[in-house]
Amino acid sequence: MKRYSVFALAREAFNHHQGWERAWKSPTPKASYDAVIIGAGGHGLATAYYLGKNHGIRNVAIIEKGWLGGGNTGRNTTIIRSNYLQDPSAAIYEKARSLYETLSQDLNYNIMFSPRGLLMLAQTHHEVRGYLRTVHANNLQGVATEWITPERVKALVPIINIDGPRYPILGALYQARGGTARHDAVAWGYARACSEMGMDIIQQCEVTGVRSENGKVTGVETTKGFIGTRKLGIVVAGHSGQVAEMAGFRLPVESMALQALVSEPIKPCMDVVVMANTVHGYMSQSDKGEMVIGGGTDGFNNYTQRGSFHHIEETLRALVETFPMISRLKMLRQWGGIVDMTGDRSPIISKTPLGNCFINCGWGTGGFKAIPGSGWAMADLMARGEPGPLAAEFDMWRFREGRFIDESVAAGVAH
Amino acid sequence: MLILECPYCGVKAEETELSPGGEAHLKRFGPGSSDADFEAYMFARKNPKGVHFERWRHAYGCGKWFLAARCTATLEVFGTYPAQSSEPPADIVAKIKAKRPEWKGFS
Ligand SMILES: Cc1cc2nc3c(=O)[nH]c(=O)nc-3n(C[C@H](O)[C@H](O)[C@H](O)COP(=O)(O)OP(=O)(O)OC[C@H]3O[C@@H](n4cnc5c(N)ncnc54)[C@H](O)[C@@H]3O)c2cc1C
Ligand SMILES: [Zn+2]
Repeated sequence: MKRYSVFALAREAFNHHQGWERAWKSPTPKASYDAVIIGAGGHGLATAYYLGKNHGIRNVAIIEKGWLGGGNTGRNTTIIRSNYLQDPSAAIYEKARSLYETLSQDLNYNIMFSPRGLLMLAQTHHEVRGYLRTVHANNLQGVATEWITPERVKALVPIINIDGPRYPILGALYQARGGTARHDAVAWGYARACSEMGMDIIQQCEVTGVRSENGKVTGVETTKGFIGTRKLGIVVAGHSGQVAEMAGFRLPVESMALQALVSEPIKPCMDVVVMANTVHGYMSQSDKGEMVIGGGTDGFNNYTQRGSFHHIEETLRALVETFPMISRLKMLRQWGGIVDMTGDRSPIISKTPLGNCFINCGWGTGGFKAIPGSGWAMADLMARGEPGPLAAEFDMWRFREGRFIDESVAAGVAH
Repeated sequence: MLILECPYCGVKAEETELSPGGEAHLKRFGPGSSDADFEAYMFARKNPKGVHFERWRHAYGCGKWFLAARCTATLEVFGTYPAQSSEPPADIVAKIKAKRPEWKGFS
């Protein structure tokens, strides 16, 4: 693989850009692999990458029914933060955030990580107390966040209206090293690195069944035939319930639509990410100038990757008070993804009732930020067969035992 | 936009008039039941990609809970019926079978 660099750019500029290689190969599947991962979203690709990089397991296939990064990884609003309340969440999200800091260098692929700062607005007294508690928790966890006053919020976000009247801004939880990254680039960068390690990314290939013998997985049925494997990782987000059923178990997961939208591009006006959880809305500005806006999930089980229009309307209606200038913006595009919601709104990284079969799911509305940390922890679980410290608390049996990692109370809507 | 007919007041209500209530026909397990049964009742939803039986409330209408049969892959509605039903009515089951021959039936 030719490395990307400023010299490569110069060389290709003189070469009419004829010499760029394909970023990844499109191989036909082999008969079997040491490990197969279902789902070439960010989490599946990162799992494969760290299997190769950290554990030397490179005879790996990643099987994708559509195109890589075409699921939620290519549909999200790219918010990265690690200001969670519970210790296990803070640990894995902060691991991910810190890996994001150097991911471009690590992958030799510009993922455009932009630690521009992130604010979670407190717009009720309940939220003020909640976020003060989170700041204290974060400081104990080693996650750098602080509580800031409305005046500081206004200084950081000049376009904001702090006076209400419905939801005045009472302060904010501020994570200076939170921010955004380019979502497609994260998938593409990991895919290129996986392909370079000799792994097979097999697109347009749907897994339709899981084969097992004596309680252990032996391979998967796919639309391109049977593919044998010694270990299986299921990393399919909204389709987790469906694939788990093929593997013979049920998950505490429900699939729902989550929508987002972008405005027409405008000049730079907001260089931080702002989340307003009381009114269920959040916003950042992309490098192209679009205001990127999202809200809460639609309420019912849905696999159609499109949501109901009134949720878009609710999100915008709520944000207009806080950002009066958006009332004049035209909204350009709107789309949906199918998110996998667990009972405690925390992910599952776990062994399963089927031997040598592992699952990574339940990231719901907020897993983009977790991709590097989740892949790291999942690779560790798949390589050793036992969870390491990052994954240990996220097993699927916690629901039976009441060991919830309760972020639904802590984070409200947050992504 | 989803439109469901309320089986009580007969109004063809669109989504903003309704609130969703998740999977229908759950068998409740309370104190004294096994951990596995209680977990399944609390958390392990069927979550099918296809035919789904679910609860809705005619929140901004008559206020009553009712049940609906709907496809989660296409949003097609097969029918609605009263909340007092312990399983989907035969006519709705027949209608679904005609439209979705691969459907394994209610269980
Ligand atoms: C609108 C929206 C906004 C969001 N905003 C944010 C945000 O700001 N910050 C944040 O951190 N998170 C956000 N998220 C959540 C985030 O997008 C997801 O948690 C994350 O992308 C999940 O990644 P994944 O790799 O697990 O899933 P995906 O990217 O969905 O990948 C799963 C892949 O599995 C494939 N697959 C499924 N079934 C099969 C099968 N049978 N055979 C083969 N392949 C299969 C799918 O085609 C898909 O490509 C948002 C999500 C949405 C929808
Ligand atoms: Zn009614």
